[in-house]
Amino acid sequence: MAQGRQRTAHELPQRFVDWFAGRGWTPRAHQLAVLAAARAGEDVLLVAPTGGGKTLAGFLPSLVELVEGGVTAGLHTLYVSPLKALATDIARNLTAPVDEMRLGLRIETRTGDTPADRRARQRATPPQILLTTPESLVLLLSRRDADTMFGALRRIVVDEAHALAGTKRGDQLALGLARLRLLAPDARRIGLSATVAHPDALRAYVGTPQTPARMVVAPPGAPPALSMMLPDSHVPWSGRMGLAGASVILERIAASGMTIVFVNTRAQSELLFAAIWRINDDTLPIALHHGSLDVGQRRRVEAAMARGSDAKDGLRGVIATSSLDLGIDWGGIDQVIQVGAPKGVSRLLQRVGRANHRMDEASNAILVPANRFEVLECQAAIQGVRAMELDGEPPRPGGLDVLAQHLLLMAASAPFRADRMYDEVRTAQPYAGLSQRDFDDVLGFVEDGGYALTAYERYAKLFRDAEGWIQIRGERVARQARMNAGTIVEAPVLKVRLGGPRGYTLGEIEEGFANMLSPGDAFLFAGRKLKFLRLREATVEVAEGGAGEPVVPTYAGSKYPLTSGLAARVRQMLHDPEAWALYPEPVREWLELQRQRSLLPGPDDLLVEVFPRHGNHFLVAYCFEGRNAHQTLGMLLTRRLSRAGAAPLGFVATDYALALWCANPPGDIPALFAPDMLGDDLEDWMAESSMLRRTFRNVAVVAGLIERQHPGQTGTRKQVTVSSDLVYDVLRRHQPDHVLLRATRAEAAGGLTDIDRLADMLVRVESHIRVARLDRVSPLAIPVMLDIGREFVRSSDDEDAMLAETEALLAEAMGEAEPSTEALVLAPGHAQELRRLTRQAGPRAKRSRRPERRPLSRGGARAERGT
Amino acid sequence: MTAAPFHLAGERVMLDPAGVLYWPAARLLAVADLHLEKGSAAARRGSLVPPWDSRLTLDRLVARVGFWRPDIVVALGDSFHDRDGAARLPAQDAERLRRIAAAARLVWVQGNHDPRPPEGLPGEHGDSFALGPLAFRHESHGRRPLPSHGDERAEICGHHHPKAKLPTRGGSISRPCFVADAGRMILPAFGAYTGGLDVLHPAIAALFPRGGRAFLLGAERLFSFGLAEIVTIRGGNQEAGSAVSSPGRQG
Repeated sequence: MAQGRQRTAHELPQRFVDWFAGRGWTPRAHQLAVLAAARAGEDVLLVAPTGGGKTLAGFLPSLVELVEGGVTAGLHTLYVSPLKALATDIARNLTAPVDEMRLGLRIETRTGDTPADRRARQRATPPQILLTTPESLVLLLSRRDADTMFGALRRIVVDEAHALAGTKRGDQLALGLARLRLLAPDARRIGLSATVAHPDALRAYVGTPQTPARMVVAPPGAPPALSMMLPDSHVPWSGRMGLAGASVILERIAASGMTIVFVNTRAQSELLFAAIWRINDDTLPIALHHGSLDVGQRRRVEAAMARGSDAKDGLRGVIATSSLDLGIDWGGIDQVIQVGAPKGVSRLLQRVGRANHRMDEASNAILVPANRFEVLECQAAIQGVRAMELDGEPPRPGGLDVLAQHLLLMAASAPFRADRMYDEVRTAQPYAGLSQRDFDDVLGFVEDGGYALTAYERYAKLFRDAEGWIQIRGERVARQARMNAGTIVEAPVLKVRLGGPRGYTLGEIEEGFANMLSPGDAFLFAGRKLKFLRLREATVEVAEGGAGEPVVPTYAGSKYPLTSGLAARVRQMLHDPEAWALYPEPVREWLELQRQRSLLPGPDDLLVEVFPRHGNHFLVAYCFEGRNAHQTLGMLLTRRLSRAGAAPLGFVATDYALALWCANPPGDIPALFAPDMLGDDLEDWMAESSMLRRTFRNVAVVAGLIERQHPGQTGTRKQVTVSSDLVYDVLRRHQPDHVLLRATRAEAAGGLTDIDRLADMLVRVESHIRVARLDRVSPLAIPVMLDIGREFVRSSDDEDAMLAETEALLAEAMGEAEPSTEALVLAPGHAQELRRLTRQAGPRAKRSRRPERRPLSRGGARAERGT
Repeated sequence: MTAAPFHLAGERVMLDPAGVLYWPAARLLAVADLHLEKGSAAARRGSLVPPWDSRLTLDRLVARVGFWRPDIVVALGDSFHDRDGAARLPAQDAERLRRIAAAARLVWVQGNHDPRPPEGLPGEHGDSFALGPLAFRHESHGRRPLPSHGDERAEICGHHHPKAKLPTRGGSISRPCFVADAGRMILPAFGAYTGGLDVLHPAIAALFPRGGRAFLLGAERLFSFGLAEIVTIRGGNQEAGSAVSSPGRQG
């Protein structure tokens, strides 16, 4: 320690030494190491657990420099965070030491919420320290005065770098950093991160691929204290909501100071919140926090958390989604409860770290599995945390759509030359391996669409002058580009408003969900049971209450698949009866029964069970590769089985297994799983799948092909807009190798379809497929079998069949057709529709049908072949 | 592909799942809202969507003309997305239109997007076209009962780009559709980049005050639903008429 103090005296100006001493603090070794590396002119990556004094470490070099070199005009330090709220909070926290040391600095934030007059002032006379987000940064960089604004920049701090790298926002920030390197060659970067799985990639991200940042690793905090807790003596077979755990969760909240209860989806948070409040007899103050709630409401919850559990209006618990994964250190969190499987070790660690406000104290976390398979997964995750086996996504190449947006925005700032721009973007780690062809095609796309035969030369957004400089065509194009900047594409949402026009907004739900509601329907949102009144403009008007069982809004893209590291652990533990001692009694019995009746999946093989049930042939494959990979596999197997004459009828995928059923026996199982299924079948399916269409929409919006929806453009006007689906069809037919289609396929091959993961598995298990032919369903198959009917996977081929079924169903319900003799198996949602039909609609439909009956013949029913 | 017969003012017309109408007695084929050169119109406004929409639309139209072999082809207006659309039409696409005009009498009914005859292209032009009891116009006159002047007893029109959305077991499915009652038939938009307006939107629903029927386009056949049935199965959510424009599913 003596040595440490000496170095402190040596490196820190007296004002800082005094300030630390005045607080009874000693600068930590990693804070000084960051300072030393920064002084040596290096980019630095600081990896430190929550509570490790990361933020101060990030700003220390800036503050010291400003004190030693004197405060000058101009922007000295730029801080970028993934969260607006974090930027605001850091600004507040930083202001304290800066004022106490009388450094005389201006510290300001700039986000989407910053008023226009302050923005203008910030560009004219920038503060010494500006805190912002990747989106606001790229907008500043797209201004013509970007070079003067950033010319004096010395330091860039990237907070939560691990959460940005590997995402489209991270791609955009990396390109922005590359541009800053050009505008301010002397500016050095400091990346702040929680522990990461791929440190080399993150070092290259914070620095450059050629000169990665120096990594400074803070000592890890005390290992977290993790335990598993089961709902009272009962372990559900299936389901992911974990509602059975409500009472034990409430007990733990009551026994502790302040608890964050993390769940995996927004729907789960609403349901669990309702379940806990139903039994919260002591009315413990427990709040709800998720990304679709009104921002004001979220800030109020965060403020109440900051006041601590002892305050008069303090909180005891918050049910939260990933909306609280990152961000502000509240300090006062005593324990974290994870409900439902954690899905990955890194994710779990991040969440557990929220309860860790002092590095030397263990964080307390409790895992509450929602079903039997999740018991295995939770146990595997606890072991994974113990072994610190992190499982972040491997680094991936940056999105070409983000590059397209960046090129247009950079052209809006200043003319550039293609060859120099190519060099510039490759200094960004995600684009280090960008090929000349991809770059040229992206640039071509931005210029005039990049279509074969350059049909749009005369509408080009960019043009090359006589000296080869690429210029933007006019300020109007530049303005349009800035208006559509950003890489987050959200599904269209509608505001939920309670209490009429003068009421208040609770948050947002997706348009698709709102369209399925009818007046009087009850749904759960923002922790309340609401009655749907009407849809007016872009607002869902609701009242408190409502009759019947409420439904819960779901949101796209809110499910994380099981990571491969965790899956491997689950497989290993499943195979090894020695490890079963860790499991509760019902789970051990379940596995023992499986061993007797069938086989146990091994660590390196693939167990496929085949059994008859209700006249159909079932096939259950225990792949453990996550839901997305299983869905892809289900689609491909369906095609193969169909060709083999097995007449597949449907499939359902969970994170652990895939169940598929056919009318005829499925035949040779090992041949069915041969890896060559990833050839033409995959191409065909991918091109047609609605998933690819959704991905294309995002790519087209980010790349600037299709403008974001503008508010107010509703009703009949929408006929005039061009939909991404139609563009996709036209482009696919006429230029299948267009750069946007390539970008789409690259993106879909990642998380959405997990094709790489599927391919790895098929190769790994080839010639290691064990088939268990059973006479009935096995114990291990029960959870996935219970999911049948709850999950429904639709390919676009099925749409006509779905319409035909609905048509026949309606005709039958309205008495226009003979009752079908076929047994109808209805999904729960559809059964509800049918009930609604037969209950209220019959007479109404009859009345209105009469006038049209006479003159009309029924189209579909009596079709005749065209001549 | 199986076309469905439908009776309008005593005349039997065939509804083609590709989205055109054929009237066998008159050997007449009607098609609505081609919106040719919509892609280049969007490009002019700064949205560089792919330029091959006209080709795709005309390829599909040529296929239907080849199938039905009509004597008269009536384009029900908004055949071009804007006034200069015809001038921007690539030569090989214009050639496709000339081939149609060589095989049949080609009638351009004027629409709000294309109030003037297409420049340099063959065919007749007018604000409507009447034959026997049927009148062909771009936008429905909206009156009821139908005018007693002339022989008109039913109208066939376009303009609204009707689509219908149905909840099914596999989620909500939205498709372009014909929508009709005894005196009025609205055709789906045929153009490659055309979006749509939900049949329950007041702009369409008001034209069928006593109910009507929607015929959704499918790959092989049409799917038929009464408008009242659609209201019912969608739970009476009339205002859900948010326009959607995907040919298949809605995102």
